[in-house]
This record gives sequence, C-alpha cells and structure tokens, in this order.
Amino acid sequence: MLEPLFPWREMRRMEREMDRMQREMERMFDTFFPRRRRWMEVEFPPLNIWTNNDQAVVTAELPGIQPEELELSVNNDTLILRGKRVANDLPEGARYQRRERFQGEFARSLQLPFAIDADKVEAHYENGVLTITLPRAEADKPKRIAVHAGQSNGKEG
Amino acid sequence: MSDESRAIQVQQEQRPAVRESRSRRVFAPAVDIVETNDEILVLADMPGVRQDDLEVILEKNVLTIRGTVQMPHMQEYDLEYAEYEGGDYERVFTLADDIDRDKIEAEMKQGVLHLRLPKAGPARIRRIPVKTS
Repeated sequence: MLEPLFPWREMRRMEREMDRMQREMERMFDTFFPRRRRWMEVEFPPLNIWTNNDQAVVTAELPGIQPEELELSVNNDTLILRGKRVANDLPEGARYQRRERFQGEFARSLQLPFAIDADKVEAHYENGVLTITLPRAEADKPKRIAVHAGQSNGKEG
Repeated sequence: MSDESRAIQVQQEQRPAVRESRSRRVFAPAVDIVETNDEILVLADMPGVRQDDLEVILEKNVLTIRGTVQMPHMQEYDLEYAEYEGGDYERVFTLADDIDRDKIEAEMKQGVLHLRLPKAGPARIRRIPVKTS
C-alpha cells in the first residue's frame, strides 16, 4: 500500500479543524454568557494580594458575612480562608424575583510568595471587605551577608 | 428570561454622564430581589461602600442604586495578584409596582445594601372583609 510520504497536508487539515472547533466553542460560550459579569468571573470571595519585603496584605470582597463565621489559618506560606454566607430570613409569602448573590460555604487557599509568621497575622473586617495582614517570617527574610576583606590584602603570603 | 417580565426588571446598565468624567470603572453589583405582597426587598453586594457613599434614586419607576468605593492606600506594596479591581457600583431597575416613596428604607450592612421599597396602596393586595347578614 502507498502511505503518504508527507503527512503535512493531513496535519494542516487537522489543524484547521481544531481551529474551527475552538472558534465554535468560543461562540457557544459567548452565547451562554453574553456578558461576563463581575460576580461570575472568579470564585467567591475574590481576593487581591499585595506584598512588600516585610509582609503581605490579602483583601477579600466578602460582603454580608458574620466575622465569627470566618475561619483563617496559616501554614508556612499558605493561607486558608473558610466560611459561609447564609441567606437572610425571608418574610412569609416572599418570593425571589432574582437571585445572583453567592450563598453557601466557601474555601479559598492561597500560596504567598514567602513563609508567614502565623502568630502575627491580623484580620480586619469592614464594609464587607476583609483585610488580612500577614508578616513575613523572620527566618524567611533575606539576610544581608557582610563580606569581610581578607587579611592578605590580595597578596599571597 | 422569564423573570424580566415580573414586578422588577433589570435594565441594561446605563451609562450616565458621570461615567465619562471619571476614570474609575463602574460595576453592576450582584443582587437578590425578593417580593412580598407589601414590599420589594433588594439586596445588593457592594463591598467597600459605606452608608455615606450610597445613593438611591427613584425617578418615576426607575430605581438607580449607586455606590462609591474608597480604595485602600497601598503605596508601600506591590500588587502581586488580583481577582478584583477597584471601582464603583451602579445598577438601574424598572419597577412595575408603584412604590410608596416616603417609606423607602436603604441601609448598608457590611457591604450589602438592604433596600426596602414598600408598595403604594393600589398595588397592594387588599383583603376585603365580607360580611354576612
């Protein structure tokens, strides 16, 4: 049997087919989610991480929770945030016309760029924003190593 | 969507003039809307908005909620990773029922707007006592 010596033509055809399928998928996605809304984009709660040499600050948009429902834990360079957001009690006969807000339990795990001193972590909740300050572990901080000049002053003794 | 035709409708977010004069981004907050016979309750997630930075406007039957956010000052830090960005909130609704505007209550509780819109008299379902002779 004659096998094609140069399968390039077939490969190009497959490539084109893959492109087409990908475009098709994107088109379908756009149909289902015509406009990406902010609250659908990431897991709940969305987080930002700020750092400098000495500490990290993690902020989370967590509106409408009870701070005592939050559980924070730090292990080396990993921060874990758990909690739940429960629905408000509805008056009798009430019905939802629209329900977009996140409800239920959540757990987020974050790896920070350095090890954290767990004893010095502080968290503050205000206006629905959680701010966690995470000082870098002393042992993890870069140490300046003093370079001493040798006695020989560059000359061999 | 079938719920568009109900008592409260969520319009496409409008672009008021304010938007152009600012460089800040404006987001539509996630909302829950609950209706009872007597009132409409709107809950909107607006983290970072204080009571003083909240604006609720009812013009005819168009309800606008707006909140501005004070972003934290983080000059001494580098933003390492971001899942959300700063900006303000705005969303516009059209109400099907007449609202008793004197009794509207709006309160920010830990970043959530609690807005109560009591229905005005005629729209409410009234129980009419039937007397038997």
